[in-house]
Amino acid sequence: MLKCNTVCKRFAPLVRASSTVCRQNVRRAGLNNVRTPTCVPVARMSTEPLGGGGDNLKYALLVGAAFVGSLTYAVVTLKGDHQRSVKRMEDISTRLQKSTLHIQSAPPVWFSAPSALSKPKPEAAPSAEQSSPPPEAAAPDAETTGKPSAADSTSPSHKLPSHTPYLLIGGGTASFAAARSIRARDPGAKVLIVTDEPDLPYMRPPLSKELWFSDDPSVTETLRFKQWNGKERSIYFQPPSFYINPEDLDSAENGGVAVLTSKKVVHMDVRGNKVKLDDDTEISYDKCLIATGGIPRSLQVLERSGEEVMKRTTLFRKIEDFKSLDKVSRSVNSITIIGGGFLGSELACALGRKSTESGLEVVQMFPEKGNMGKVLPEYLSNWTTEKVKKEGVKIISEALVKSVACKDDKLEIQLKDGRLVRTDHIVAAVGLEPNVDLAKSAGLEVDSDFGGYRVNAELQARSNIWVAGDAACFYDIRLGRRRVEHHDHAVVSGRLAGENMTGASKPYWHQSMFWSDLGPDVGYEAIGIVDSSLPTVGVFAKATAKDTPKAATEKSGTGIRSESETEDTATSPVASATPAPAVEHKDDYGKGVIFYLRDKVVVGIILWNVFNRMPIARKIIKDGEEHADLNEVAKLFNIHED
Amino acid sequence: MLLFLSASGKDRIIFVTKEDHEAPSNAELIADDPNDPYEDPGLILPNGDINWNCPCLGGMASGPCGSQFKEAFSCFHYSKEEIKGSECIDQFRSMQKCMQKFPDLYPQEEDKESTSQTEPSPVSDSADKTKSSFY
Repeated sequence: MLKCNTVCKRFAPLVRASSTVCRQNVRRAGLNNVRTPTCVPVARMSTEPLGGGGDNLKYALLVGAAFVGSLTYAVVTLKGDHQRSVKRMEDISTRLQKSTLHIQSAPPVWFSAPSALSKPKPEAAPSAEQSSPPPEAAAPDAETTGKPSAADSTSPSHKLPSHTPYLLIGGGTASFAAARSIRARDPGAKVLIVTDEPDLPYMRPPLSKELWFSDDPSVTETLRFKQWNGKERSIYFQPPSFYINPEDLDSAENGGVAVLTSKKVVHMDVRGNKVKLDDDTEISYDKCLIATGGIPRSLQVLERSGEEVMKRTTLFRKIEDFKSLDKVSRSVNSITIIGGGFLGSELACALGRKSTESGLEVVQMFPEKGNMGKVLPEYLSNWTTEKVKKEGVKIISEALVKSVACKDDKLEIQLKDGRLVRTDHIVAAVGLEPNVDLAKSAGLEVDSDFGGYRVNAELQARSNIWVAGDAACFYDIRLGRRRVEHHDHAVVSGRLAGENMTGASKPYWHQSMFWSDLGPDVGYEAIGIVDSSLPTVGVFAKATAKDTPKAATEKSGTGIRSESETEDTATSPVASATPAPAVEHKDDYGKGVIFYLRDKVVVGIILWNVFNRMPIARKIIKDGEEHADLNEVAKLFNIHED
Repeated sequence: MLLFLSASGKDRIIFVTKEDHEAPSNAELIADDPNDPYEDPGLILPNGDINWNCPCLGGMASGPCGSQFKEAFSCFHYSKEEIKGSECIDQFRSMQKCMQKFPDLYPQEEDKESTSQTEPSPVSDSADKTKSSFY
């Protein structure tokens, strides 16, 4: 650890020095496609004159006709060739334009520098709604609007690589992590990511947290957020210039990562090592990763309730869902969130905060007794629910939805116990259905307990096929078979899959963690199996003003909580806040540690308003020991200190 | 120290004061094996090689200038010169040339700390061995 520190510190100035400020416009010459029309040689025949005058005349006529005929043929052929070559040049140049725009689909913030590929002109305007142009014209990218035009999705695919050494199906967090891992370990690796989303790989947590707290009115376009210290970042992992064009993947000297957006893999031939896309293109691979994630679960009652209800319902997961919900939240009077887990509670808190300015009514309903009822022990779940209420959310607990109807432009939610809730819009956050569409064609096993593709401890499903992220049901050699739907797990498993695809044979060993912030007073980090049905032991201290998520970010200097555990970022020393008087209240679960036990072994830990101590928690889980006195274990966390 | 038991009997709750936790812990932890092949090794592998997959390198080894970066850094790492890396000027120059083509990936940070997500960032005090990268 120290070595890394010193080496990195020494190296960092060198690296910084080497990326200078001067922007060189690198323009490679566009493809030279002038085809010189080949000349059709005109056949000339010469014979010796045969006979007399009459014959001579006939002969002259014959030769003349032949000559005229050949000349005409030559002219017609030349004309045709010319037309074809002109058309071909047009074809190729528009295809180049289209595929360049195809890749550079992120918001225009990233278009500031002309890329190494010859691009017609950099996009300067914020991405506007695409006015569906004819296929041949250079269209502004359809991808940013989330609605790929018909032209783009049927763009000729025979220019795409027919073979790629590394094929990653799915363009989310796990896939990106794998791509990076492969590139780091296999010099010059060529990686092709195929995603049915129109966006380049991005991170999901800010969609239900930081993006809602941004002051920037154009946040739905830029998808960037400013942290408290002014540090801005995009939700996209990398700007478009990081990636290369799929068409250029084969010829790229040092390899690279190419992303094929708005294309779905519909069929997988495992014996032939190839896949088929929804436009019938076939791509063969050497190694393949399935990182297809999942789609939000819907409720049957909603599905049965008809078009008018579904029109007013959001199943929240992607960038387009964030954009549409943001728009809805500005135009309606009441939003109801169904679901009391991580996503539901975070959205409720985010919208609840907005409601103080806008007067929006935010309702959250769920079958459990309190927020996070399936994760937190009851006493903590109740305490959390009170905090969520303070964020401006109307909580309806122990609520089972019986039916939903649309009357007079309002939604009426009928609960099984007779209560009726009238609202304008519903957000369903009731879980994730892992995407196992390819299981049938690929002959891959699906797990009946947890869902998802069944893989071994090294994330392998079959030879040459790995699965990572939300869709992977894997064997954790410490905690047993499980499927994890958290961001850090996607990163960890994606990296591991990438390592194993490049020859390592490492099992899932580095335990991933997760976190949640429900408002400024309640934040926690967790690791392992955190299930409220397990026996728990909670050790709490009294809270001071220093122990909230806001204070944690200010102290560690990382700005957003998403970063403070998982990303190595610069930490700048921050003056510590003056201690507030301690709150003396025995029922105040201000901060502490909660251990989840299975057969007397700690299998899960929650750090409750106690931050930057995840390594200790990870160690305890890894050891897998039986501890007689968990209070002694709790001492290791120094919960009374910052 | 206050002890409570939840109504169901399943959950124990302990409230501790600072004094309660003053004495050092007697909980036993298993000693870490430095050569554990499964553990994330940090920047340098046990055999002395560079771990290009280290989260601390960000995207440097995997981006468009990845190979130039690897060559330059390898040269620096194995350099035995008086001034470490002094013989690696050519590699650094070609890396710099590559990076100039991608100013939004490798921005120039003149005086302040690197803020780009692709530059190797100074590691914070927590064990980076156990951190996973957010990218």
